[in-house]
Amino acid sequence: METTAFQKIHTKVDQITKATCSLYATGVGNEEMALVNDRLAQVVKIEGDLVTLQIFSGTEGIPTNAEVVFLGHAPQLAVSDELAGRFFNAYGQPIDGGPEVDGKLVEIGGPSVNPVRRKQPSELIATGIAGIDLNNTLVTGQKIPFFADPDQPYNQVMAMVALRAKADKIILGGMGITNDDYLFFKNLFENAGAIDRIISFVNTTENPPVERLLVPDMALSAAEYFAVEKNQNVLVLLTDMTLYADALSIVSNRMDQIPSKDSMPGSLYSDLAKLYEKAVQFPDGGSITIIAVTTLSGGDITHAIPDNTGYITEGQLFLRKETDIGKVIIDPFRSLSRLKQLVIGKKTREDHPQVMNAAIRLYADAANAKTKIENGFDLTDYDKRAMSFAKDYATELLAIDINIEIDTMIDTAWKLFDKYFSHAETGIKAELVEKYGKQIK
Amino acid sequence: MATTGTVVGIISNLVVVKVNGPVSQNEICYINHHAVKLMAEVIRIGSENAYIQVFESTRGLKTGTPVEFTGHMLEAILGPGILSKNFDGLQHDLDKMEGVFLQKGDYTHPLEVDKDWRFKPLAKVGDEVEAGSWLGEVTENWIAHKIMVPFTFEGEFKVKKIVAAGDYKIEDTIAVLEDEESNEHKVSMIQKWPVKVPIKTYKNKPRPAKFLETGIRVIDSFTPIVEGGTGFIPGPFGTGKTVLQHALSKQADADMIIVAACGERANEVVEIFAEFPELDDPRTGRKLMERTTIIANTSNMPVAAREASVYTAMTIAEYYRSMGLKILLLADSTSRWAQALREMSNRMEELPGPDAFPMDLPAIISNFYSRAGFVHLNNGETGSVTFIGTVSPAGGNLKEPVTEATKKAARCFYALSQNRADSKRYPAIDAVESYSKYLEYPEYIDYVSKAISPKWVDNILDARNILVRGREAYEQINILGDDGVPVEYHEIFWKSEVIDFVILQQDAFDKIDASTPINRQQYMLEKVLNINKTLFSFEHFEEVNPYFKKIINVLKQMNYSEFESEQFKKFEKELEEILNEKAVVETEQP
Repeated sequence: METTAFQKIHTKVDQITKATCSLYATGVGNEEMALVNDRLAQVVKIEGDLVTLQIFSGTEGIPTNAEVVFLGHAPQLAVSDELAGRFFNAYGQPIDGGPEVDGKLVEIGGPSVNPVRRKQPSELIATGIAGIDLNNTLVTGQKIPFFADPDQPYNQVMAMVALRAKADKIILGGMGITNDDYLFFKNLFENAGAIDRIISFVNTTENPPVERLLVPDMALSAAEYFAVEKNQNVLVLLTDMTLYADALSIVSNRMDQIPSKDSMPGSLYSDLAKLYEKAVQFPDGGSITIIAVTTLSGGDITHAIPDNTGYITEGQLFLRKETDIGKVIIDPFRSLSRLKQLVIGKKTREDHPQVMNAAIRLYADAANAKTKIENGFDLTDYDKRAMSFAKDYATELLAIDINIEIDTMIDTAWKLFDKYFSHAETGIKAELVEKYGKQIK
Repeated sequence: MATTGTVVGIISNLVVVKVNGPVSQNEICYINHHAVKLMAEVIRIGSENAYIQVFESTRGLKTGTPVEFTGHMLEAILGPGILSKNFDGLQHDLDKMEGVFLQKGDYTHPLEVDKDWRFKPLAKVGDEVEAGSWLGEVTENWIAHKIMVPFTFEGEFKVKKIVAAGDYKIEDTIAVLEDEESNEHKVSMIQKWPVKVPIKTYKNKPRPAKFLETGIRVIDSFTPIVEGGTGFIPGPFGTGKTVLQHALSKQADADMIIVAACGERANEVVEIFAEFPELDDPRTGRKLMERTTIIANTSNMPVAAREASVYTAMTIAEYYRSMGLKILLLADSTSRWAQALREMSNRMEELPGPDAFPMDLPAIISNFYSRAGFVHLNNGETGSVTFIGTVSPAGGNLKEPVTEATKKAARCFYALSQNRADSKRYPAIDAVESYSKYLEYPEYIDYVSKAISPKWVDNILDARNILVRGREAYEQINILGDDGVPVEYHEIFWKSEVIDFVILQQDAFDKIDASTPINRQQYMLEKVLNINKTLFSFEHFEEVNPYFKKIINVLKQMNYSEFESEQFKKFEKELEEILNEKAVVETEQP
């Protein structure tokens, strides 16, 4: 984004605040980009001839005689196949030492899809993780976050999901991630031999926080290119959306807006929805699926960020450390994929829904049995069997280190039912038991 | 001369325009941004500046851009062809828009201008008419769509001319009316009406009393809604608000369903787009889509148009009500509408009320709910608009401003409980917390005792009592332990569980159970209440749970069977046998 010849240079800045500067200029468009002493900035307010610019990297050291050049366009990204395998910063500039990308310039944060042109999502995404594929099946065009505490291995799980999913492109939008996590993603993608499928837009903790507001739009604009123009299935990973929302609140605070719940801007719902709703199944076969991370504070999902997210996304995945087996599992109780019923038992084996529900119900019985122990009550024989089942179920199916086919997951569940319960206790329809339950003995 | 102006300030989608003539509050204007026109609404006027909210993104807009004012408020275009349509929040036809993405300024006509409608006159030359009088009708899908004297016409008119039966287009003149001063007014099949103004061309609006059947047991039996009633459904995410609204839209006994998808997920609307054209409407034998109109302003569509979308939907509902039809309007979710108001109030730097919402939020909400209602039209016919809105309380906390304001306005309260949702007890409506004020209306009690059964309301109150007692017993059992309470406590608890499992819970995905006609509801409620009145003899608390589980299982099988079928009767017999095992004293049968 260099300046070009014959651009007007303004040299008199009228007001400077922590994040913005204002100057008198005419012919400036709303949301237009500008350079203030070579720092990127964006028009956020126009009052008559007084234009207010938000400087992404902050106003430290900006003088009143700073050189201001308006670039005549909103933030944009050059899109082409050359994006594949590259790493960029929040402005879409390469950070991997490679050349600038040659391609069509598109404005980021473009228009929404007409709802009547959307197709109902119907293609399953297999991840090999039974806690997802069996219990919370993902579908192309879905948007779903991991709700996780900061100490949980959400980035690892997300990267694993991404590499196993048979997506044509994986686009990482990293917001406020540590440099260590950035290097983790980089090494993992390079070593997996998948680098040509992957595009990354990264804002690390070393970069100014306000910059990260551009990251999701950059990632999603690249995704739209591959999904619309190339009819590809694109998976977008956004981590960490909590830090994105924090940046929103910083900006709204500096713009003197009245905060609503949890000091978040009143527009948080719309701001998040605009991003997540980019997840779509296009009529011509392309799709954008969004898997995000929302870190929680002490598991509190009533905080404005996870709360608004939950109203927008199609379910959520919870990670939990299962102390009985010492492994991290996908919590079957609190996790939910709202779109799973579009595929389970339809794209997967017909016994999938019943087997899934029966296993979760038996796992819940085990949890009740545990409470009984804690309260000093005696256990029945059924309680004991349920607890043994729960341990095997967590180890063989819920743990995140599982990598098996969906049919194997269903068969494993049947195997565990046979081991610990009568068919009546599973409550599965008789004809399904007849057809699938007896094969495993 | 229409007023014009130029853009002098831009703060996100709030634009300040310097005007050269008179403007009015809520007037619609268009910004001529390059080749496209951006629609906007005046929301504040100060000296020579008008503050307008733009229904589109203002990216790239510059000061100095010309603005044209239209002289009218946001209007809906009303006429035949609205049924089965998918509109955006400003009533533009989404299906007519080009391309996969919504383009700024792509404003499409809501109706078909070139389509022929078979018009049949109902009025004769010389008839005295007034606003809302029926001049004729056309058949729209299966509805006799009345062509009315425009609602904007004030005073008495005489029909001077009316066309003969035949095919006409919506813009053709079908009648000429003469006012008291002998001026002639042409009337076509369409008319325009400002969406923020209620249509009041009816004689009166009595208290609603007619039961509106939804097929959802916990609503019909415990917290009934009436024709022209209002209700709201608050619930944290994941408690099944949308599934419930979809069930209502599929099953409710209404002539027309209007779904206002207001700031919610696009894929949920896509579900309606995909399913409704396929599903049959048992009332008419036609497809569900034929009685449905969708107003979609999903969460990623422009925020300002979100506020307009609920008003557009309500205006369409009132229009069809004036034809003597019963309309059900569903809005999911009104919280998103309130948030849109908050964003704009914030940009205008108004002093905020609680949670930064505008101070007049409760007034805006109650004004809107008051537009619903059952009406007597001037020609003696009746019509109704029933309104049910969902509320998405922040953090699941029902003490937030939108929920509290709505609670004051709506007469039915459907509390979705996180606990019920977690234990998969769907629909997750908490029958004890929820209420329907209509149960207290003498008019309603009178109506249902004739239409359903004289004991109906008493039965409902009994059932509700049993639930409350069951809940108390359950708490005691939890505190004192299974063997720390008398066996009767277990019995009381499990009797309430029978009501929970058999009446309250309902499988929205089962073909038969999904919708229960009221006669069947009444039959099953009697049955369950009789079980509740029966005394059983249990030796030990451990017998109680398996015994009632057996009862529940058989009753659920009855729910899954065709009413009064062989299978249904087989299970009913099985139930009698189980009951005889333990019953000691049969109470008197009515």
